[in-house]
Parts: sequence; structure tokens; C-alpha cells
Amino acid sequence: MRTPAFVRVLEGEARVYRRVWRGSVISTFLNPVLFLAAMGLGLGRLVDERTAGVGLDGLTYLAFLAPGLLAATAMQTGAGDSSWPVMAGIKWRKTYDAVLATPVGVASLTVGHLAWVGIRLVFVSVAFVLVMAAFGAVGLAAGLTAVPAAVLTGLAFAAPMVAYTAGLKGEQGLTSMFRFGIVPLFLFSGTFFPVSQLPDWLEPLAWVTPLWHGVELSRSTALGTVPVPPPWLSVAYLASWTVGGTWLAVVRMRRRLVT
Amino acid sequence: MRSPLVTARALTKRFGEFTAVDGIDFDVHQGEAFGFLGPNGAGKSSTMRMIGAVSPISGGTLTVLGLDPAADGPAIRARLGVVPQEDNLDQELTVWENLYIYGRYFDLPRRVILERIDELLEFAQLTERRNDTVEHLSGGMKRRLTIARGLINQPDLLLLDEPTTGLDPQARHALWDRLYRLKQRGVTLIVTTHYMDEAEQLCDRLVIMDKGRIVAEGSPRDLIARYSPREVVELRLAPDDHDRAVASLDGLARRIEVLPDRILLYTDDAEATIGDVFERGVEPESMLTRRSTLEDVFLRLTGRRLVD
Repeated sequence: MRTPAFVRVLEGEARVYRRVWRGSVISTFLNPVLFLAAMGLGLGRLVDERTAGVGLDGLTYLAFLAPGLLAATAMQTGAGDSSWPVMAGIKWRKTYDAVLATPVGVASLTVGHLAWVGIRLVFVSVAFVLVMAAFGAVGLAAGLTAVPAAVLTGLAFAAPMVAYTAGLKGEQGLTSMFRFGIVPLFLFSGTFFPVSQLPDWLEPLAWVTPLWHGVELSRSTALGTVPVPPPWLSVAYLASWTVGGTWLAVVRMRRRLVT
Repeated sequence: MRSPLVTARALTKRFGEFTAVDGIDFDVHQGEAFGFLGPNGAGKSSTMRMIGAVSPISGGTLTVLGLDPAADGPAIRARLGVVPQEDNLDQELTVWENLYIYGRYFDLPRRVILERIDELLEFAQLTERRNDTVEHLSGGMKRRLTIARGLINQPDLLLLDEPTTGLDPQARHALWDRLYRLKQRGVTLIVTTHYMDEAEQLCDRLVIMDKGRIVAEGSPRDLIARYSPREVVELRLAPDDHDRAVASLDGLARRIEVLPDRILLYTDDAEATIGDVFERGVEPESMLTRRSTLEDVFLRLTGRRLVD
């Protein structure tokens, strides 16, 4: 073997993406523009008039929101890329069967997919930071330092999402996962407001969500604020979701595809 | 004699309580076209997936290219070409790109892949369509592309699971022609089909499977000779005459098969049999004489018509 199998899987995914990137690139730039305009500028003006930065570490709402939204967008990208496309590979298009008929095995297929999602996360996060900087939420250089945090956050969702998708019969389970999992996380993990605003009994629940750690990590790196959890803890926590999720994804993909 | 490319003994595949393949024995030799013929659910595809080293066996033994699929899956797959029942091409990619990424999955060097793609496009009659995306191809073209893709690693053994299912007659004949050329070049083929004519066209030797078991084995000609007389007279009768005719035809042919819409008389001499039919006062609405086919063999062996 000259090229590791997972790299060749990644190559295949990249070639497919080269054909379909036009659709995704619009949403990649448009989503942050819309969110930062509506929430950051529109809602932000109202917030800033009332609070003058109190409760937001002295930040404008736009500055508070932007890095959190970066992490949340990475989560959505990671989860999105590991749900419908994976289901298509398993069931709708059966392209994974075609890959597995070659010397490439399930572990390489899974890791190759996640490696590709990692690359996509870099694109999406950098694009987001460019928009963020254009809005004046943070400086470009400072914003770019948050990209690794965002990528790690995305992977922490992408990996277990593959494991979840591998066990599903159809699309229903994916819709439910987004409706009852991803969207609530998006809303309540400290992206739009500090989790200290949550009722006390709910706050510990936010602490165990990977997104909250991603948001805290992203925000503290981009803005130089002090995060609630120590950064090493957040990194370790997100990394363990990524590694554990990848392991589980390989196990479940094998169970699904090698029958 | 060289050792077989594939050897199966008491090969079994179970899915939970269900036994899909129930202890079958067969050998596939270098350079032959070997067929699995049978209805849906007979266990053909499960057998193919085990040979393809993508589905673990549940019992018995299986050797593919002298290797054990459980231990040497990647090494076996490196030397196999697989054409699955459903096309699983990358729809968004072009014809050329589909071949290219597949070559990469086999870790072939770029230079080698580029050379082979040109040959394969020629072989699959897709040179003109090389830059079209798959979604714009006809069913027959997709099938030919899937076969070309399965040849990118110059396999020792090509597995084709129902290669012409769902194709129109022209596309089917074009495909048979391509497969025949492969055979001429010495590629060993294993084909599953539920089409009798396909088995007759393509296979040197075949096994008929039913409910996970092999019920007969031989060349198409052997099987017809052994299980079905040479000729078949098909009678179509008015519905009212049907039952009465069945009674009066009794004992007239070597074997009589009564189907809802017609009566089949298996005979060694169709002309004489037709004479006898009229002698007994049976007046069919229409009549057809034909050579007996694998469909007749199947009917004989399983007592059922082949269902799609």
C-alpha cells in the first residue's frame, strides 16, 4: 500500500464535493451573514442598549455571539455531513458497498469520511471567521485562532453522528435527532446567552453538552475572555467525544455494512 | 488440473433465525463462466457477497483465490471485480471520475489508472460519454460503467449479481456481448441471474438454487437434457375447454405441466405429439412449439414458475 486507505476515501469524498460545492458554498457564507445581521446587529442593538455589556463580560452582543455561533455552526456542519450523506452511502445510493468491495475496509471508510468532514469544517469555520471579521465582531487574526476549537467541536458531533446514523432504518431518525438534539443544543448551549441565565437545575445539563465546551473554547480564544470551564478540560472533553464517537462509529458501521 | 478459484463446502449463511444459504458445495474453475440460477430469495446474492469477502460465512468452508475470506478479505478483494445488483455509482461524478476514484480505492498509481480508463471506456462503449455525470446515463450505460469499474483492477475473478435485471432487450444483448468478450480474454465470471436465457447465453456451468440449496448442477445443455425433454408444445385453450383438455391429454407426453393459462407438453418429438393432440379431439386456440429451456428445467425441479 502506498497511500493509506482512509486518505483514498477522503480523496473520493473531495472529488464528489468538487462537483457539488456550489450549493453548499452559498449557505456557508450566507448563514453567518444572516445570523450575524439579524441577531448580532438587530437584536444586539437592543441588548447593548439595555445591558451595556453587563453579564456579557463587557462585550457587545455581536462580539459575544459571533464566536459562539462559529462553534454552533461547526456542530451543525459536522452533524449534517455525518447524517444524510452517510445514510445515502449506506442505504440510498449504496456507495459504501462499492467502496467496501475494494480492499478498503470499514475502519478506513469511516475514518476517511470523518477526515473529510474535518477538512470541510476548516473551510466552513474560516469562511465564518471572514464574515465575522467583516461584521467587525472580532479581528481577523483573533477570529482565526478560534478555528481549531470550532473544528474540534464539529468533529465531536460528526463522529457520534456517524455511529447514530449507522443504526437507523430511515430518514425519520435523522429528522428527530436534529429536531430534538441539535436544534435545542444550538439554542441553549451558551451561543445566544450565557448558560448562567438558565434555571439553576438546567445549568448542569448545559455543562455536559459538548457544544457548551465548544462555545466557551471558541469564545475565549477569539476574544481573550476567561472561559467558565478550564480550556484543557474542554479540549479533553471534545476530544473524547471525537475519539469515542469514532470508535463507536466504526463498530456500528461494521455491524450495518458487513452482514 | 489447477486448483479451483473458488471452493465452497457446506457453505452456510444465516441471518438470525433465517438460513439464506443452506450448506452448498461448488467449485469455480479458472476461465469458466459459472452461474447461480434461481428465483429471488434463493440465496444467490448472499452467496455472492460471501465470495466477495464482504459477508462473513456462518458455516462450512469457503476458499477464494486460495485465500480465506475471514482472514484475507482485503487481499481477496484486491483481485476481484464486483458488479452489484443495484448500480452504486457516484451519481454526482462523471463517468471518468467514477472509474478514477475506484482505481484509487485499489491504490493503483495514477499513471496506471489513466491508461486503464481509456481502455475501459472503449470496452464499455462510453468514450463519448466520459465527461457526463452518471445521472445523465441510460440504465444500460450505467450497467456498462459499473462493469468497467469492476475491471479497473484487472481482476482474476469478476462477480456479476443479476447483470441485466431491469434492462431492455437491446441493452441486455449489448451487455452479453461485452461479457462474452471478457470470457474470451480468459476472465473467470461468476454470474447470478433469474433469467433462464441469460444463464443459457453466458454460463458454461451452472447450479440451480432454490431456498438456499443447490437443486441441480451442470452445463445448460446437460440440465436441459437431464431434466427436460428436447421440445415443448404449448397449448392455449379456451378457459371452458381447459379442464376437459387436461383430462384427455393424459399420458400423451413425457411430462405435462398445467399452468393457469396454458398447457405445456414436454416431448422428444413435437410433431408427433401435435398429431396425438388432435387425434384426441383437443382443439387449442393457439399452439407453439419451442426448444426446451432452463425455465422448463426450473419448473421441473422446483415445481414452481420462476417468479420475479
